[in-house]
Amino acid sequence: MVIPQPADIAPEILAILETVHDPEVPVLTVMDMGIMRKVEQNGTHLTIHISPTYSGCPAMDTIADDLKTAFSEHGFTTDIELVLAPAWTTDDMSEAGKRKLEEYGIASPLEATADKEALMGEAHKVKCPRCGSTNTHLVSAFGSTACKAHFKCKDCLEPFDYFKCLK
Amino acid sequence: MLNNSLYRYLLLLGDNSLILGHRLSELCGHGPNLETDIALTNHSLDLFGQVRSYFQYAAKIAGEGTEDSVAFLRYEKDYLNVHLVEQPNTDFAHVICRQFLWDAYHLPLMKALMKSKDETLAAIGAKGEKEAAYHLRFSSEWMKRLGDGTEESHKRLQSALDHLYRYSYELFKESEVEKEMKEKGIGADLGKILEEWKKTTEDIFRSSNVSPSDDPPAIAKGKQGFHTEHMGFILAQIQYMQRAYPDMQW
Ligand SMILES: [Zn+2]
Repeated sequence: MVIPQPADIAPEILAILETVHDPEVPVLTVMDMGIMRKVEQNGTHLTIHISPTYSGCPAMDTIADDLKTAFSEHGFTTDIELVLAPAWTTDDMSEAGKRKLEEYGIASPLEATADKEALMGEAHKVKCPRCGSTNTHLVSAFGSTACKAHFKCKDCLEPFDYFKCLK
Repeated sequence: MLNNSLYRYLLLLGDNSLILGHRLSELCGHGPNLETDIALTNHSLDLFGQVRSYFQYAAKIAGEGTEDSVAFLRYEKDYLNVHLVEQPNTDFAHVICRQFLWDAYHLPLMKALMKSKDETLAAIGAKGEKEAAYHLRFSSEWMKRLGDGTEESHKRLQSALDHLYRYSYELFKESEVEKEMKEKGIGADLGKILEEWKKTTEDIFRSSNVSPSDDPPAIAKGKQGFHTEHMGFILAQIQYMQRAYPDMQW
């Protein structure tokens, strides 16, 4: 299955999708996150397939409710289906999404090899979203939510979250 | 219980994650430090996420009920988890050792399920594999840190391993259902998982300076629905809300 790109979705629907945000990372819309798998439209009824980021991500239920609410305000009824395949990876996140993450103070995911080295504490590759230094250090591979790790910058001394690479 | 092999296989898989996830959730607010507390509850969340996928699918096969009724409304004998995951959080060394013995099994299990002929199981495996890899990395690091740490941490880890190792055999003792699922190309081949498990555990035991005891395997028939004395207490806690307020939702 191909992940639908904004161009594949009717502009009217896309505009509504872009108003629904991740409750845990509120700067990201569901389109930025890349969790959208399929949108089927039948008149004013929509079936929306989304894929969870992590299996137990508690934000998914909230996102499903928020999608329903947003669409009902525009006269649509919706069924939300959680689908596991194809599994979500951090590559599905849009470039705009990654940029918004950084601006929000969360370091965006590195590619898989660099990520592994960073999370094993072997290499200093995660860039501090506040001062840009890579003189950073892993505090814990498990952070405030399932998708993040906890880092600290040794230059500006600020702690920050790093969005883990998932592939 | 529904007499359907795939249904029973899903319970077998899901119950291990459910009970271990519950044990880890007991540590919420009680971890030895903030980072470890958060890490272990993150593990718990991942496991519960997998449980939801297994049980949603099980409810669909059963044609009745929901993931909640599968999780909360069975009797003890209908739970098919192994005894390892029921073992209590005696101390941090026990928590880590139990987790490591499990993770070293869980990662190759997920990899095997990715190749399942059953599409849903293959998808659950693909999702779980990434999470299991993170978990194994975490527990392996702590095994080394405790085993190769102070005299006290080493003593505690060795004593945890002495207690828990006997329960690891049950993971690989193939039940009827597992055999059938393996033969149909749906389930994992436990023999192959054992090979992987041995490689991983021997390697980490070596770098942690601990050695497994040669005590005989614990007599454990969790996969047949017989449990340790801990299980009743676990279920009392897990099921209380659904029993007291049937069909309640958050
Ligand atoms: Zn900095």
